[in-house]
Amino acid sequence: MAKIRGSIVVNIDKCKGCEVCMVSCPTGTIAMAKEVNHKGYYYAYPANPELCIGCANCAMVCPDGVITVYKTKI
Amino acid sequence: MAEATGIKDIIKPENLVYKKTKVMTDNTLSYCPGCGHGTAHRILAEIIEEEGLQSEAIGVSPVGCSVLLYDFLDIDWQQAAHGRAPAVATAIKRLLPEKFVFTYQGDGDLAAIGTAETIHACNRGENILIIFINNGIYGMTGGQMAPTTLPGMKSSTSPYGRDVKLMGNPLKMTDIVATLPGTYYVTRQSVHTPANVKKTKKAIRKAVQYQKLDRGTCFIEIVSNCPSGWKMTPVESNKWMEANMFPFYPLGDMKVPAEESAQKTTNSEKND
Amino acid sequence: MEKELRLMKGNEAVAEAAIRAGADGYFGYPITPQSEILEYLMEADPYHTTGMVVLQAESEVAAINMVYGGAACGKKVMTTSSSPGISLKQEGITYIAGAELPCLIVNVVRGGPGLGTIQPAQSDYFQATKGGGHGDYHLIVLAPASVQEMADFVELSFELAFKYRNPVMMLSDGAIGQMMEKVYLSPQKERSKTVPEWATTGKPPSRERVIITSLDLDPNGQERFNQKLVAKYNEIREKEVRYEEFQCEDAEYILVAYGTSARVCMKSIQLARAQGIKVGLLRPITLFPFPTKRLNELAGKVKMMFSIEMSAGQMVEDVMLSVNGKVPVYHFGRMGGIVTEPEEVVDFLKSKIIGG
Repeated sequence: MAKIRGSIVVNIDKCKGCEVCMVSCPTGTIAMAKEVNHKGYYYAYPANPELCIGCANCAMVCPDGVITVYKTKI
Repeated sequence: MAEATGIKDIIKPENLVYKKTKVMTDNTLSYCPGCGHGTAHRILAEIIEEEGLQSEAIGVSPVGCSVLLYDFLDIDWQQAAHGRAPAVATAIKRLLPEKFVFTYQGDGDLAAIGTAETIHACNRGENILIIFINNGIYGMTGGQMAPTTLPGMKSSTSPYGRDVKLMGNPLKMTDIVATLPGTYYVTRQSVHTPANVKKTKKAIRKAVQYQKLDRGTCFIEIVSNCPSGWKMTPVESNKWMEANMFPFYPLGDMKVPAEESAQKTTNSEKND
Repeated sequence: MEKELRLMKGNEAVAEAAIRAGADGYFGYPITPQSEILEYLMEADPYHTTGMVVLQAESEVAAINMVYGGAACGKKVMTTSSSPGISLKQEGITYIAGAELPCLIVNVVRGGPGLGTIQPAQSDYFQATKGGGHGDYHLIVLAPASVQEMADFVELSFELAFKYRNPVMMLSDGAIGQMMEKVYLSPQKERSKTVPEWATTGKPPSRERVIITSLDLDPNGQERFNQKLVAKYNEIREKEVRYEEFQCEDAEYILVAYGTSARVCMKSIQLARAQGIKVGLLRPITLFPFPTKRLNELAGKVKMMFSIEMSAGQMVEDVMLSVNGKVPVYHFGRMGGIVTEPEEVVDFLKSKIIGG
C-alpha cells in the first residue's frame, strides 16, 4: 500500500510563533524553533519532517497563512 | 524570504496541496499572534478565489482591529464608520445588485454602536453577508468590555469581572437576528481548529450561493479569541474559548433555509 | 427640450428635481419640515421608471452611511433632513469629506438648539459652513431662496460634488420647504452609466484594488491629505462663489441675507427706499465659498452693512471678516422659528442710521 508523505514550507519571517499549528498537527511534525526570527518570534518549523503526512491542518489554522503544504504517494 | 522546509524531494509544484490564496495580499497582517482574524480573513479570501468573485466582491471594513482589512484582501473595499457597515453595504448592494457585498465586523461594531444598523439591515432582509467576529472584548482600543463579554469576565473596563447587575448581560446578537424574517441563513462558527475552519468555509460558501439567489441576509458569527485582550497565549486562549465562550455562544446553524437538504452541490463543495 | 411648468412645494421640487437629474439613490428619514421629500419620492416610485433607489432608513445616521456607500460606488446619491437630523449625520458627513466622495445633503432648517421648533430658522449656518463634523473640511453650501432654486440647485449640487469629489449641502429652511411657487423643471436626464475610476465596482484584473477610506495612521500621509483638501477648498473659493445683488449700485447701506431672509429684505428695501434710505441687498448663493471679495469691495462704497438672518448672529461673523473693519456690521433677525418681518428690518436699519 502506498504511503502518503508530506512536506511543509514555513515562511519564517512572517511566522508569529503562535503555536496553533503545532497543536493542530496530528503527527508531531511541528515544533517551535529555539531561535527567533527578525521580529523576535520563535517560529514554527518541521522538526520531525519524516512524520509529516501533508494533511494541511497546520496551514488551515495558521492565522498568518505562512505555511505551504506538499504531499505525495511513496 | 527565509523558510523552514520539510523533506525537499516532496516539494514540487505537482505535489502542492495548500498554498495561501492570491486574494490575500503579501502585507504582513497587523494582528496579534494567534488571533482568529487572520484565519477568518484567509478563509474568506479562499472562497472569493474559489468562487471567482475577486472582481465582483465589494467588502465593507469596520472600525476595530480589522479596520485595515483592506490592506489584506485584494478586492475593492469601503471602510465604514463604527457600526455603520450594514447601512453602507445596504446602499452598495441596492445600487450594484450584481456584486458580492459583505460586511466584516467585530463585537463593538456590530453589537454596541451598530446595533440599530445590524438589526435593521437584517430586518429589511438586505441581500448581503454579515460576518461577525465575536471575541468578547474590544481589542484595538486596548481590551475594554464588549457587549458580548461574558458575565464575570475581566477586561480593562470591568477589572473585577462583568457585573451583570450594573453592566447588563452579554448580548446574543446572532440569536436576535435569527428571529427576523429578513435573515435567511444564520450560523455560529469558529476558526481555531482545522475541522472548524472547514465548517466556516462551508458556511461562507453557502452565503455566497444564497446571495446569488437573492435570498436575504446571511449572518455568520465567528466566535474567536483575543490572546492580548484576554492576557493568554494563543493556544491557551483557544482552550479558554472552548471552555467558556462556546457554552455561552454554542456553535452551529441557528437558521437554515427549508430547502437546505435538497441543495445541489457545486463542484468545489464536492472537493471540500 | 422644453422645461415643464408646475406649481409645487419647495420640498416636492427637490424630490422631483432629483429624479430628473438622474439621481441613483435617495436615503432619508422623516422629520418635520422636510418629510414631503421622502413621501414624494415614495409615491413617484422612480425605481420603476429610472431605476433610482429610494429607501427610508432606520435613522438619519443610517441614511448618511447609505449615502457614503452609494457615493463610494461613484453613484449620484443624496439625503435630506432638518437640523436635529443633520446633527446626527455629522459623523457620516466628515467621513464622506475625508474619503473625498460626492453627494448632496439637504438641510431644511428649523428652530433649535435641541429639538427646538418645527418652524423655519437660519441657525445652522455655523454647522453648515464651519464644519459641523470634526476635522479640517468644508462642505460646498448652496442657499436656495425660492422653489425654483430648490429645484435648480439639485443638479448644480451634483455637478459641483462630482467636480470636486466633495459633499455639497443645500441649506434651505422650513418656509422655502413648505411654500408653493411656480417652478420650471428640467427634462429627465438619463442616469449616468460612466463610473469614476476612483469608485468601488469590484476589482477587475486590470487595476489595483480601490480602497475608499478616510483613515491614515501615518501622520505624514494624513498631513499631505489635509494639505490636498486645503488646496481643494482654495480652488473652490477661487472658482465657485455665487451671489446676487439687488440695488447695490447706489446703495449707502447693504443688507446681506440668504434664503427666506433675502426675500424679506427685498420687501424691506422697497419700504426703506420709499423713505429715502438707499439700501441694497447682497444675497449669497454660495455660503461656502462666501462672497468675501465682493463684500470687501462693497464695504469701500457704503456706510454700514447688516447681516439679516434668522439666528442669534452667525453669518454676521463672516460679513465682519469680509469687510475687515472697513465699515460697521450689525446683525438682526428673529429666532425661535419666527420669520423676520420686513418692517422690523427697516426699523432696525433706521435705529442704526440714527443712533449710530
